[in-house]
Amino acid sequence: MTETVRSAPRATRSRTRGAKTPRPETAAATPPVPPADADTLVGYYRQMLLIRRFEERAARAYTEAKIGGYCHLNLGEEATVVGLMAALRPSDYLFTNYREHGYALAKGIGADRVMAELYGRSTGVSKGWGGSMHLFDAETRLLGGYGIVGGQVPLAAGAALAVSYKGGDEVVMCHMGDGTTAIGAFHESLNIAGLWDLPVVFVVINNGLGMGTTVENSAAEPELYRRGAAYRMESARVDGTDVVAVRDAARLAVERARSESKPYLLETTSPRLKGHSVVDPARYRSKEEKEALKAADPLARMALELEEAGILSHDDRDRLDAEVTAEVDAAAAFADESPAPDVSTLFDYTYATPVPGELRRLPADPVFGS
Amino acid sequence: MATVTYRQALRDTLRAEMLRDENVFLLGEEIGLFEGSYKITEGLLKEFGPRRVRDTPIAEEGFVGAAIGAAMLGLRPVVEIMTINFSLLALDQIVNHAAKIYGMFGGQASVPMVIRTPGGGGQQLGATHSQNVELFYSFIPGLKVVAPSTPAEASAMLKAAIRDDDPVLFLENLALYNTKGELSVPVEDVEPAEIGRAGVTRPGADITIIGYSRMARVAAEVAETLAAEGVSAEVVDLRSLRPLDRATIVESVRKTGCAVVAEDDWLTYGIGAEIAATIQEGAFDWLDAPVRRVAMAEVPLPYAKSLESAALPSAESLLTAARATLRATGRVLETAS
Repeated sequence: MTETVRSAPRATRSRTRGAKTPRPETAAATPPVPPADADTLVGYYRQMLLIRRFEERAARAYTEAKIGGYCHLNLGEEATVVGLMAALRPSDYLFTNYREHGYALAKGIGADRVMAELYGRSTGVSKGWGGSMHLFDAETRLLGGYGIVGGQVPLAAGAALAVSYKGGDEVVMCHMGDGTTAIGAFHESLNIAGLWDLPVVFVVINNGLGMGTTVENSAAEPELYRRGAAYRMESARVDGTDVVAVRDAARLAVERARSESKPYLLETTSPRLKGHSVVDPARYRSKEEKEALKAADPLARMALELEEAGILSHDDRDRLDAEVTAEVDAAAAFADESPAPDVSTLFDYTYATPVPGELRRLPADPVFGS
Repeated sequence: MATVTYRQALRDTLRAEMLRDENVFLLGEEIGLFEGSYKITEGLLKEFGPRRVRDTPIAEEGFVGAAIGAAMLGLRPVVEIMTINFSLLALDQIVNHAAKIYGMFGGQASVPMVIRTPGGGGQQLGATHSQNVELFYSFIPGLKVVAPSTPAEASAMLKAAIRDDDPVLFLENLALYNTKGELSVPVEDVEPAEIGRAGVTRPGADITIIGYSRMARVAAEVAETLAAEGVSAEVVDLRSLRPLDRATIVESVRKTGCAVVAEDDWLTYGIGAEIAATIQEGAFDWLDAPVRRVAMAEVPLPYAKSLESAALPSAESLLTAARATLRATGRVLETAS
C-alpha cells in the first residue's frame, strides 16, 4: 500500500491523501499472500534472513573487537532493503549512507567481501580503506556508503546527470535516513534533480529516529514524502516492513525515472530494532516502545505470512536459517583469515594521477632525506 | 605569438578542451546566458548549448556534489564557483567527498573534476568577498590545488587540470583577469603543464622571492626594481600549492641564502608558513637571514579604499621586506644602497 503525491500541476494544491503511516490491510480485505510467486517470496525471505544473520554476526564481531570504528546495522530494515534492491536492474547505480551492509548484500556482493571490509582486511570490498560505513563495489554498481549525513545525495543527482548526459537508461537510487531530510544538501539535490529531469530515485528510510531524536522533533513536516511537493516531484510513502509493497512502490518510481527521466521521492517506514549503532543501548526508548518493536519485526511477520500461506513450513525455515548462518559463518571465517592491508600500500590511493612532489612520509620521517 | 589576457586564455582553453573531449562540460552559476560573472565563459553557451554549458541554481553544495557524482561516472566537469568565498558552502562536498572518494573506496572510482574559482581582494568587495582561502584546500590530501599567474601558464595548467583524474581546485584571481601575456602557440597546441612543478621564472643569485597567483606577478615586478638597484633576485612561482614543489624552493634558497615569501592570504598558518617551514627543513645551513613573509594584515578586509589598500600586500611591501631581508644577511652587496 502506498500513498502518492503526484507532482502538482501549476497553481493547484497537491492532492495528498491521508496523513498516517499506512498499515497493511491484508488481514481482512485481501489474501495473506502478496502478489508474487512462491519462489520469489522465499527468495526475498532468504535475503532478509541473510541480512538479519549477517548483522547479528557483525554485532558479535564488534563486541569481540574484530570490527572497529562505527557499526550501524540494518536490523528491522530487511524488507525495505530487499524490496528496494528487487526493483533495480544490475546496471542501476546505488548510493547509500553508512547503514548499508544489507544493501551491499542485496545488490549482489558476497557476504565474505562485505564482512572482510568490516574487519578491515585487504580482501574487503573497499580493500580495507572504508570500513563499515564506506562499502563500494564498482562491479555491482554500489557507488558507496557515505558517512556524512546527506553527503551522498548530491552525488547521486550528479551520477544521474552523467547517465542523462550520456543518454543511458540506467537509474540511480539514493537511500538516506529520515534525519537527512533536514539537511541543506537534501533540498539542493532535490531541486537540482527536479529542475534537470534527472533519473534518480531518492529513498528516505524512515525508522522514526535520527540517532535518538524522533522525526517529530526534527521535521516540521514529519510526513517526509510530502517534501517532494516543494520540487514538483512525485512522491509516496510505503510500509517498509512489507517487502512486496516496497518492491512495487520502488518499481513504479524506478521505471518512471527510467522511462520519463523524472526523479521520485519514496519514503519507507520501518522500525529500527536496536540502537543507532552497535554501541548504543537506546536508553531513550521506553520499555513499552521496545516491546512494541517485536511486533513490528518484518522478518517474523513474513515468516508467519509464508507459513500461513503454506509456502514455507517451520522446518523449511529452519533449513534456510541453517544455510544462511553457514554462509555468514563462512564470511566471518574468510574475513578472519584474510590479511590486513600491507603498510607498503599506504600511499597507493591518494591520487589517481600520480604527481611529482607528493609527500610520502610516515609521522616521524623528516621532510628531506633521512 | 599572440598577446592575450588571462581571461581570454581561460576562455579559449575551456573551448579547446570542450572541442577535444565530449566528456568535458561546464556548470556553475551564471555561466551560460549571463556568460560568467567575470565573462570567462563568454560565447560558450551559444557554441555548445545547455547540455555542455549548464547554468545552476545558487546551490554550491548541490552542484559541486553533482559534479563529483558525474565525474565518478567518467565525465569531466569543470565547475565555476563565482568566487572562492562561496566555495565554503561546498566545503563538505570538496573536503569530505571529492578528496576522499578515490582513497576511501580503495581506488575504485576517481573524481576527474576541476573547480575554477577566483580569489583576491583589492576590488572593494568587503570582508566576505575578498578572501584567499586556498589554504583550506591545500591542506587536504586527495585534492590538487593550482594557482597559475600568467595567461600561458593558466592555459597549460587548465589543460592539465581537466585531463587529470583527480579533483583539482584551479585558483584564479580577480586582479589577474585583465593582465596580458604571450601565448607562443595557438591555444589548442598549448602543452599541458605538470601539476606539482614550480617554475623559476627569473633566475637570480642574491635572494629568492616565492609567490603564486597574483603575488608571483608582483614578485616579478619587484625583482625588476631590485635589478635596477643591483640586486639579483630569483623568482619562484609555485604554480601548484598541492602538491608543493619543495625541491625547487629549497634548491633556489640553497643558492641565494635568503628568501621572502609573498602570499595574498593571512600570515598565521598561511601558505607562507608552510614555505618557511620547508625552507628551514631543507636549507637551514644555507640561510643567511630569517625567512620573511609578506601577507595580508590580519583583519577582515575592509571596504574603504584607504583601509583595504593598507591591508593588502603590494609591490611596495614586498620590496620593503626584500630589502630588509638582504640587510639582515649582513652581506655587503656591490651597489646596494
